[in-house]
This record gives sequence, structure tokens and C-alpha cells, in this order.
Amino acid sequence: MRIPLSYLLKRIGFLVAVLFTAATINFLIPKLVPRDPVQELINQKIASGGLTSEGAAEFRDSLRTLYGLDKPLYEQYLTYIWNTMRFDLGYSIVNYPQKVGTIISQTIFWTLGFVSISTVLAFVIGTVVGALVGWSKTSKLFSWLMPPLAMFSAIPAFILALVLIYFLAFRAKMFPFRGGFSVMVDKDWSNPQFLLDVLHHAALPGLSMLLVSVGGWSLGMRSMMVTVEGADYITFAEAKGLKGSRIFFRYALRNTLLPQVTSLAMQLGLIVSGATLVETMFSYPGVGNRLGGAIRALDYPVIYGIVFFLVVGIAIATLVVDLIYPFLDPRISYSGG
Amino acid sequence: MQRGQGFKGFLNYIRRNPAFGGGLVLLLILLLFSTVAGLFVSKEGAYPLAVMPKQPPSAEFRFGTDSVGRDLLPTMIYGTRMTLSIGMIAGVIGLGVGTVLGFMTGYFGGLFDTIVKFLVDVLMTIPQFLLLIMIASSVPNPDKMTVWEMGLVLSIVAWVQPTRAIRAQVMSMRERAFVMMSKLSGMSGMEIIIKELMPNLMPYLAISLAGAVNGGVLGSLGLQTLGIGNLREPSLGMTIYWLRYYNAFLQGYWWWILEPVTVIAMIFIAFLLLSIGLDEFANPRTRRTV
Repeated sequence: MRIPLSYLLKRIGFLVAVLFTAATINFLIPKLVPRDPVQELINQKIASGGLTSEGAAEFRDSLRTLYGLDKPLYEQYLTYIWNTMRFDLGYSIVNYPQKVGTIISQTIFWTLGFVSISTVLAFVIGTVVGALVGWSKTSKLFSWLMPPLAMFSAIPAFILALVLIYFLAFRAKMFPFRGGFSVMVDKDWSNPQFLLDVLHHAALPGLSMLLVSVGGWSLGMRSMMVTVEGADYITFAEAKGLKGSRIFFRYALRNTLLPQVTSLAMQLGLIVSGATLVETMFSYPGVGNRLGGAIRALDYPVIYGIVFFLVVGIAIATLVVDLIYPFLDPRISYSGG
Repeated sequence: MQRGQGFKGFLNYIRRNPAFGGGLVLLLILLLFSTVAGLFVSKEGAYPLAVMPKQPPSAEFRFGTDSVGRDLLPTMIYGTRMTLSIGMIAGVIGLGVGTVLGFMTGYFGGLFDTIVKFLVDVLMTIPQFLLLIMIASSVPNPDKMTVWEMGLVLSIVAWVQPTRAIRAQVMSMRERAFVMMSKLSGMSGMEIIIKELMPNLMPYLAISLAGAVNGGVLGSLGLQTLGIGNLREPSLGMTIYWLRYYNAFLQGYWWWILEPVTVIAMIFIAFLLLSIGLDEFANPRTRRTV
């Protein structure tokens, strides 16, 4: 199947619009708010006894020049958009010489690691459970799984994380309750002991993400399965005398999987937001925990930079799912969009 | 709900729709806990240094105390009240804006519809919680935010989902025969919206309200857990922030951890059951099938 150029352009145009809106919001919010991060930083320095009043004035001016705050607003805006396009997200205020981009590149893989593994696992487990519950020829025992799964899906992951930390990490001492690796082991990715240690640390954050999302996938899958089971082509397949397993896998599952993929694309934002809070709970060395730290330290360039980065990442991932979707479902044609 | 049968009819309906009943009962318990129980327990205890710190639940401190001397019973009572109030403010404003925009765009269409739809599409792509972090962390003096201010901040994103859902429902209903009839009988657009469409969409509005309040509670919890917002006044998110800050895990203060978790779980399960129940009410065809 080929992707018509007009559709592709339309989707990419939308992506650009999203990025542009996000960048503009990023630029405007600090300007609209009667708050002066430079002055706040200086007050902090004065309070900690590191500045005299003359030094403060000089420091303020040099900071203003550094952040371009002495230029007219439109010029600041254009510079901001241009820098953003090149993914130059500026410097951290608190850890001054460090660039926001560096902070993101140091932390993003930790986040991607546990979030993608737990999301894929939750998707597979939830889909299988939902399919088995929805298909009327399977054991009724499966339907007992639904109420607890639905309960879990209602509770935010970071709240569940608290329970897991208390019972599994503090009480049972089965897992470490914070961090991404232990200091005792050499930080060397080729060392299997280190890899095991990393997995051990990622288990609880991953488990809290997994438990809350399995319910959603299985609920969605179950209702799709019920609808599909009543469809004429299933009745026809039964009439032809096909084996039950073939009908289940090739006829029912194939057709019910597609809406699940759509909701996966729609859930990405929620998953990332949830992961931010889960990481904070575990002080996991990912990008979400850095965001939490920046919020506590009022490090605005880092807050805005990480938020912008995540928005861009999600927008691109959504676009990718949208574009591969027709390869999964031949019935979808690229019209309208 | 069968009309005209009063309370008995309502009870009969609950019997057929236990999820709705369960959600109502849970929500009622939470509301009673956060209001009536407040009549007997003073708010004074919910601030630091009010009582002896680090006490497990006992006859004197039914819910125990935290490590800076807050009595957790009033903290939970007033915290539940505050968190639910924030959610309700955000939810009601979100639904209000969403209803107006949803009906206007869905019924009249045109340029306004195109603009609103584009805005909604863009905002649906941007994760709402991240947008909230940006807005709420930029507010002047976030640590002094009142309940109303927090609710208002949350309502900035709370209108998006209702607008989208209501617009879609209105668009599908616009083409039905009874709307055509009303048009032919000379009703104006606004009249049709208020007299014909609104009553038919009541269940959807209720679902949207439950979803918006749920989103408001979730948003406020998330923001406060990250340390944005008023961390002195008792609220559930504030409690989570401080128990993490003071490492309640390492000390094994189980009551400090499990109490807010239980209340928060009850809130979300109440909303889950309510929305399942309302969904059955809105789509009677799904009744009894699974």
C-alpha cells in the first residue's frame, strides 16, 4: 500500500501546527506571568550570601543579555522559535553551564526503557486477557479477572506505586525502592550483573505502570471481541466448520487488534504523564524525575524544555502510528484523514 | 430512569444498574466523610506541629500522625474536601465551556467550528498533564494557590474532552428526524439546542461531568505530588508530596501511606463505577450484554 502525498502532507502539516503551538505556548506563558525568574535567581543568590548589591545589578544585566531578555519581544520570539527548531532548548538556571538538551539526552533512555517495556507487556497481556474474556467459548473463570483489573485501571499509577513500594520494597524487601541502579555495581552496560541490577530497579516502576494499564487494554478488547463474535463472518466461518482456534486467532483477533492499536496511539500522552509521576515516586533517573526536580528548584528552562521535548516525542510517535495503521488494516484508505 | 415513579423507581433502577448504585454509595460515603465528619473534628490538627509527631493510629489519634505533627484524621477529612472541591470546580467549568462550545460547533458548524475543532485536535495531541505543569508552575506564588485558583488552572484543560465528546454527539443527533421536524415547525437554532438536543443528551453531559471532575482530581493530585500548588493547606496531593519528602517508607509509617492511598483509590473507583453506570444509562442497548 502506498501513502498518497496529499495525506502525508496534511498529517505533517498538523504535526508542524502542534509543534508550533507547543513552542508558542512555551514562549508565551513565562511572558504572560508577572514573574521574573532572573530576579528570583538573584534573590536566591543574595539570600545565600553570594552577591553584593552592585554585583547583583551587574549579574542581572549579564543574565538578561545571556537569555536575550534585553531584546524586543518579537525578536525574542523569533530567536526562540529558531532555537527550538534546532532543538537548542537553552541552559539550566540551577546547574548553569549544563544545557537542557544534555539533561534530556542523559535521562531519556532510562524513561524509554521501563516505559516501553511495561507498555508493550501491558498491551499484550491486556489484549490476550480481554480477548479470552470476551470470547464466549473460553472458560468463565477468565471473567473473574475483569473486576480487579478494572479497579486497577481507575487508580493512577503513582498512587499504586506507593502501595507497591510499601509492601514489596519496604516490607518484603524484594525490590529496591528508589533509583535506577545501585552504587555498589560498576556502571558498565556490558556487565551482566549491572544489567540485572538495572532490571531489578526498573521492576517496581514498570509493574505500577503495567498494573494500571492492563485493565484498560482488556476492557477495550473484551467489548470489541463481543461485537466481533456476533458478526456474520464469524457465523459463516463456524458454518464452514473451521477449527475454533483458527476462528479465534485468524478471524476474531485479527479484526479486534486494530482498534487496540489506535487507542495505543491515543494513550501515549497519558502513559508519558503517568510515567513522570511514577519516576518521581521512585526517584528513577529518567526524564520525568528530572522534570519533578526542576519544578521543585524552579528551573524554568528545564521545565519548559522537557515538556516541549515530550510533546514533540508524543506528536511524532502518534504520527508514526497513524501512518503505519493502514498497513495493518487494509480496509482503511487515506482519504480525508 | 423510569420517570414519574419517584424514589421507588430510582431504587428499582439501581437494582438493575448496580455499578451506578455502587458509585453513588462510594461518593456519598466520601462526601459525608469530608463534610459531616468535619463537624466533629477541628481543622487545626491538619497543620504541622499541631500534635505529637510519628504516632501510629491509637485511641487518641484514630488515623495516626505524620512526622511533622499533623493529625492525619483531620488531614484526611479536610484533604478529601479540598481535593474533591478542586475537582468539582475544574469539572463544572470544563463541562460548562465544553457544553457551550460543543453545541455551538456541532450544531451550527462553519468557520467557528473549524477553528474550535483544530484547537481541540491540537490540544488533544499535547498531553494535558504536561500543559498543566507548565501553566501551574508559572503562576505567581504557586505555594499560596487557593482552592478556586487551583480549580481554575485545571479548568484550562478540562474543557477539551467535553467539547470533543459533546460536539460529536450533537453532530450525530443534528440529522435525526425529530430535529428536522422542529426546524420545519419554525424553531430557531438556539431553541432546538435547548429544548430538543439538551434533554436528549443529558446522560452524555453527566458522563462528561464525571469524566471532567475525575480529570480535575487526577490533575490536582499529580501537580501537588510534584510540589506545585499549596503544600500547607490539607489536601490529598499535599499529603502524598510530604510523605515522599519525609521518606515515610524508610520509617515504615504504614498509616501515613495507606490512608491517603485508600481515600484516593475510593474516589477513582467511585468515578469508575459512576461512569460505567451512566454509560449503561446513555446506551441502553449495551445493557445486559456482558
